[in-house]
Amino acid sequence: MLSRVANHIYWLGRYLERAENYARFIDVNFNLMQDLPLDLKEQWQPLVAATGDLELYKTRYEGFGRGQVLYFLAFDPDNPNSILSAITKARENARIIRENLSKETWEKVNELYYMIQEGMDKKIWKKEDPRFFFEKIKNQILLLYGIADSSVARTEGWYFRQLGQFLERADKTSRILDVKYHILLPSTSEVGTPLDFLHWMALLKSVTAFNTYRRLYGNIDSAGIVEFLVLNKLFPRSIYYCLKEAENCLHHISGNFGGGYQNPAEKAIGELKSRLEFAEVNEIISIGLHEYLDSLQLRINHISNLIDSNFFTIKDNFVTQTQHQE
Amino acid sequence: MKTDGYSAGEHFDEMFTPDGQIRSHYEGFFQNLKKTSTKKMNQLQYSANQTQRAMGMTFNVYHDNQGMEKILHLDIIPRIIPNTEWRKLEAGLKQRVHALNLFLQDIYNDQKILKDGIIPADLILGSKDFLKPCIGLTPPKGIWCHITGTDLVKDKSGEYYILEDNLRCPSGVSYMLESREIIKRVYPQLFSQEGVMPVSDYPTKLLRMLQNLSNKAKPVVGVLTPGIYNSAYYEHSYLALQMGVELVNGVDLIVENKKVYMQTTKGLEQIDVLYRRIDDSFLDPLTFNPDSMLGVPGIFEAYKAGNIALANAPGTGVADDKAVYAYVPRIIKYYLGEEPILNNVPTYLCREENDRNYVLENIHELVVKETNAAGGYGMLIGPKASRQEHEKFRDLIKNNPTNYIAQPTLSLSTVPTLVGDGIQGRHVDLRPYILYGKEIEVIPGALTRVALKEGSLVVNSSQGGGSKDTWVLYN
Repeated sequence: MLSRVANHIYWLGRYLERAENYARFIDVNFNLMQDLPLDLKEQWQPLVAATGDLELYKTRYEGFGRGQVLYFLAFDPDNPNSILSAITKARENARIIRENLSKETWEKVNELYYMIQEGMDKKIWKKEDPRFFFEKIKNQILLLYGIADSSVARTEGWYFRQLGQFLERADKTSRILDVKYHILLPSTSEVGTPLDFLHWMALLKSVTAFNTYRRLYGNIDSAGIVEFLVLNKLFPRSIYYCLKEAENCLHHISGNFGGGYQNPAEKAIGELKSRLEFAEVNEIISIGLHEYLDSLQLRINHISNLIDSNFFTIKDNFVTQTQHQE
Repeated sequence: MKTDGYSAGEHFDEMFTPDGQIRSHYEGFFQNLKKTSTKKMNQLQYSANQTQRAMGMTFNVYHDNQGMEKILHLDIIPRIIPNTEWRKLEAGLKQRVHALNLFLQDIYNDQKILKDGIIPADLILGSKDFLKPCIGLTPPKGIWCHITGTDLVKDKSGEYYILEDNLRCPSGVSYMLESREIIKRVYPQLFSQEGVMPVSDYPTKLLRMLQNLSNKAKPVVGVLTPGIYNSAYYEHSYLALQMGVELVNGVDLIVENKKVYMQTTKGLEQIDVLYRRIDDSFLDPLTFNPDSMLGVPGIFEAYKAGNIALANAPGTGVADDKAVYAYVPRIIKYYLGEEPILNNVPTYLCREENDRNYVLENIHELVVKETNAAGGYGMLIGPKASRQEHEKFRDLIKNNPTNYIAQPTLSLSTVPTLVGDGIQGRHVDLRPYILYGKEIEVIPGALTRVALKEGSLVVNSSQGGGSKDTWVLYN
């Protein structure tokens, strides 16, 4: 497959997953806010902090009003990670490599694009309860995954898109978990209180993990949830699971089924996956959840860079012009 | 829906005779139209528009700040061509493409037609589209113009006239194909009832033609596009998808040892045939325009060495120059010894003194065109232009006579088009597609472009034109 095409497919996977996860972020925060006691104000700052775009936000806005934060995360064309930006870029990548996509896949991406435009026109961020809209976006993306799953041949292209999707999901699960870290409890003594408990529950629900968690772990406590979302071997949104799947994609791409690694990207992801495979939740908590997640995010970025240099960089006919996306 | 009071005025209407009778090949469609309410027609039109949007059938417009991607309006009333009329068109187009291909082979090799004084040598040799690097070359199988998209119009008498031979990278074929798919959904029953010839095997035919250019058993074929900002990008990706071949940009290709390779995730892979949708001058910065960032350095050397086939062959542009156009009837006679089947529009060459004087005196009645412009740009429609514009073009012609030709204003035929609550006649042209593979084949369909503005004769998509599905009937 053309290196340039592989590059666009990979980023199509990442941007779609990013858009879906941002829709989830907004949902989780809505759920959290509804459970706050009366004397606590709505907190939207933690959500911005978790996306890693707090600095950008501060240069453009004052305060953390709900509508404003929603606009920033979902519709702001100047926020490179907003849902609108992610969907626009996903469509652009899809448009460039349309000849490699099935007609249905392309048409769903195209529909998604018009959906977010419509949300912009209708000023969804001003609605009292905009969750139906984010639900729609999320479902459209899930529909796309479903169509792809049952219609796309498992050739290189499939694995590049999956690779992008799982790396992005690993990163975003770590960020959803991080939202909890940024949410301010009235005091540290509130840790373990019903309020704390409600927060965790809302968080699990936002990744459709609540029931699964209940069945597998029973009690809701922070260590259990961290273990579930970071280390669980079977849950498809846990960071370990995502890395395992991403590694599998890399092996399919290189044809390496004999173990070990054949390129730097395989090496880096294999190492990180093994580390999580044998990690225990107590280690994570003693390092500090936020710090741990931070370092995971950096490693995932590093893996993405290695994939880029290994598969997407092409010899230049003219001047340097590999297309880097973020 | 009522059609009473419809009038095409002085123009030839494809559906109605001047006294308001239905032409027989439109009878079946007309009966259906009569039964369908205006409201229903508008609903069908709306859903056709929505389908186009969902499919992302867009083209890009240059110099337009209202967003980059636009949708070419597809009017749901088709243009229908009866079989007998089509047979004549088909024969005429084959003849013309055959002769033009012989002409190209000749002027880049023996130049007999110039030596015999049929065409002034300086008109060809001095043309900026005459590519000197192609001198002495014979492309694979001797084919130069693999894909042609000839523009025709019908005048008041109902006769077809050739307007332009587009021998470079004619676009629009994806609209012919996709419009048909949409219109089939609009009139599910009519198609089998009316006996409309299918066009959907075009990508198969195109692929077979391209594969035929290589001697390998399983040649690697690709479509070369200037990229996503090109106005016809949708079409490039559509054709690559339909043929199941790679869509490549210049940056994907690299030339080593006079062979062309694609840069893939697994290293280099040789490519044998390119349907290139990049103009000649941008194809290879080492041979042509050194500023081109779109092409592939060294590809022309690979082409000369016979390691890559290019469709269309570089150098075809010289034969669809608007000044050379005037000589096409003579070109047909010279190479084939036949009378041209299809009419040429009488053309005045401003490079010749007598013609020029005629043009300068009668500019208000003529259409003046730049010999090298396309897309309806650089053009004056005398009867519709102001005195100032006439004066401006007189000056332009005097300063650079070789750059201009003039033709009498042609009346373009009309087809009823959905407008508001009824139908009105709108002017159309016709672009059929001709493939030159083992044989020359005319695809039984076409892109019909329609000028949506009342009275307008400009059908170009970049200037407010739309399109219609074109039905060629079995009978």
